[in-house]
This record gives sequence, structure tokens and C-alpha cells, in this order.
Amino acid sequence: MWNLSPAELAIVLLSLKVAACCVLVLLLPAIGMAWLLARKQFWGHALVDALVHLPMVLPPVVLGYMLLVLLGRRGWIGRWLYEQFHIQLTFHWWGAVIASAVMAFPLMVRAIRQALMQVNPLLEQAAQTLGASPAKTFLTITLPLAYHGVLTGGILAFSRSLGEFGATITFAGNLEGETRTLPLAIYSLTQSPEGDAAALRLVILSVLVSVAALLVSQWLERRLLRSQR
Amino acid sequence: MLTVDIQIHQPYALTSPLDLHARFELPAGRCLGIMGASGSGKTTLLHSIAGLLMPSAGVIRSGDSLWFDHKQAVQLPPWQRPVGLVFQDGRLFPHMSVEQNLRYGMPAVLARIVLPEVVDILAIQPLLKRKPSELSGGEKQRVAIGRALLRQPSVLLMDEPLSGLDDQLKQQVLPYIKQVIATFGLPTLYVSHVGDEVAEVADEVFMLAQGQLRQVVD
Repeated sequence: MWNLSPAELAIVLLSLKVAACCVLVLLLPAIGMAWLLARKQFWGHALVDALVHLPMVLPPVVLGYMLLVLLGRRGWIGRWLYEQFHIQLTFHWWGAVIASAVMAFPLMVRAIRQALMQVNPLLEQAAQTLGASPAKTFLTITLPLAYHGVLTGGILAFSRSLGEFGATITFAGNLEGETRTLPLAIYSLTQSPEGDAAALRLVILSVLVSVAALLVSQWLERRLLRSQR
Repeated sequence: MLTVDIQIHQPYALTSPLDLHARFELPAGRCLGIMGASGSGKTTLLHSIAGLLMPSAGVIRSGDSLWFDHKQAVQLPPWQRPVGLVFQDGRLFPHMSVEQNLRYGMPAVLARIVLPEVVDILAIQPLLKRKPSELSGGEKQRVAIGRALLRQPSVLLMDEPLSGLDDQLKQQVLPYIKQVIATFGLPTLYVSHVGDEVAEVADEVFMLAQGQLRQVVD
């Protein structure tokens, strides 16, 4: 019952790889967008805010379809990517990364934005009088003081990616060994008459992986907190 | 020498509309004290010199370096002005140790004012490894003064550095401030609403009221 087959192990590793890449891909854009929304007032602020949050309210399948229209092999950008660089995102694990990244983006932005809003701007002002440029101020004062938001955002994005189904299956497909992550594998097994036992194993595995991810993140947060005290 | 001749017009200031004209010269080694009631514009004046606020008109110059000139549209950002600003609340960076705070504004090379000297004068050696949350109010202000000095400023601005301290702590910190001014010979602007405090530190005292700086003769 508890011995993982090579195929199941490959599914878990693929899911972890996609989730980790999703966090890495999102890190810079999410920090940038969170800073923009937290610290800058500009024309269209509310519209940008709404667009960022769109994936939270749209059905994942709709987003998957939109990604297909944009980045699919015959999509507006996808065609150009394929013709110029032979890059095809559909039916490729990078497609799964992008699909889950789009879904996780608002979660990460929200967490970092909240943390940035809690950083006292007067400390940034003090840093500037000490000769720190805005970039240095951000990297040495703002970001370290908002680390818990970055960490929380990373955990949320990782977990969202582990559980992502709709956008991934629509955009990246359900290709064994390439884009079949844990939720997609469970779905596939539930569609076959003899797949119940294997599906249950993957469900338990899913729960274990998620709990492990949360425990690791809590441990990381405690360590960071200790180092900053 | 710091030369200031500026006008500040803030019709929407928090307490009441502010119209301020400040004109003075501050040579090296001199400490100018500015007194004034709350909302008279003392902090606004210091922040304008530090580049955190833009005056409505006028000129700010430090030696040969032009920091602000309204007519020539010159406005150096705060990080390009060698100013040591000590805030009312210290504003130490909570995630850094005292030593990291002190080193934050230090140039990598050619430091005229060096860490051991500052640590010695302000008697903060035992605090170096601590975090700001582990310091008393007086210790925090001493570290804040040290941090401002290690920026290698050409002018030292002190914005009510003792306002958050009780009388006993004030008496403890005041000698350090006088020692710093005497040792480093920086042109210093010391702002407070407490007359005795200003008189004890400054060589000459000005009163800021109704938007004008007037010298206090006695």
C-alpha cells in the first residue's frame, strides 16, 4: 500500500518541481507589483488592483483558456515564441508552471503588499538621510522588514500550485510525465475503473506533501524571526 | 559653512498653514539652536535642509555644494546630501544590530569620523551586539547620534533628540551631545521646544515664531 511506484514518485517530484518554479517565477513580479500597489498612487491604480485580483474570482478553466489564446502554439504570443525560439508551453511542464503562477499571483501580491504596508515609511526616510538610494533602501530596509509577507506569499503560491487543476489541464494538458501533477493524476485515476486505490494513495500523498510544506515554512519563519530579533 | 535662505509655504500643513522664511549662515564648529512651539515649522525646516521636503523658494548651500536652488531648479535628493539627521524618535532599524545601524551610512573608504572614536565618545561599546528593541530611550538616542555622525556629514541636524526622554535621561545624554559637537566641529543645528536644553547646547539661539527666525539675545 505505502510503496510508491516509480510513476507515482515521478508525479510527486513533478508537482514539487512545478510548485517550486512557480514560486521562483513569481517572486520578482509579485514583489514589484505589491510595492507598486502599496506605495504608489497613480492613475488607474484601482484598475491594476482589480486586474491583479482577477484570477481569484475567475474560474480557473477560463484563465486556462485565456492562456491558451495568448500563449498556445497558435496563440498571439505563443505563435511568435514558437516561430522565433521554438518554445512551446502547451504540453510542457513550463506550461503547468505558468498556469499555476497566474493563479497564485494575486495570493502572493496580497501577502507581500500587506507586509509592505506595515513597514514604517519613516524608517525608509531615515535610510535615505544616511545616503541610501531608493533601491538600497528597498533592499536593506523595506524588504527585510516585510520578509514575513514574502514568506507567506511564497507558501501560499507553493500550496496553490500544488493544488492547481483547472488552468493547468486547460492550458498545459494532462500529459503523463510532463504536465500530470498530483491533482491531475488523481483526476485521471478516478476516471479509470481500477484507479480508486491508487487515487487514494495519491490523495494521502497530497495531504502529506502539503503538510510537510507548511511545516517547513513555519520552521523557516521561526528561524528568520529569531535572526531578526 | 551651511548657508540657508529658504521660504516654505505649506497651506495644508497638519496643524495650521505654514509660511516660513529662514535665513542664516552656520559656520563649522558652531551650533545654532532653534526654539519654537509645536507646529512652528522646526522639523519642516530641518527636513527641508536634509532634502526630505522641498522648500517653495530660496537656496541651500553647503560649502561649494549647491543642495537646493529654486531658480536653477536644483534639488539634490536626500541620499546625495551629506547630512547627519538625528530624529526625535531615533528611527533605528529594528532588524539590525546596533553595530549594523552605526555602519549603515558609513562610506566604504575615506571615513573622517571612524567607528571606534564614535563608539568611545558615546560610550556605546557594550551595546554593539544588541538590537534596538533591547535599548533604553537614552541608549537609542546615543546610537542614533552615532549613526548620523558616521554618515560623515558636512552638517549635523538634531531634531528634538531628547524629547522622548525623561529629565534624568536627558541629563545623561546631554553631555554626550555637547561632547560630539565639541569633538567633531561640525556645523550643527539643534532644534527643541525646551529653552534650557537649547541654551545649554547652542552657541546662539533663535526663536522660530510666526514663520520668522529671530535671534534670542539673552
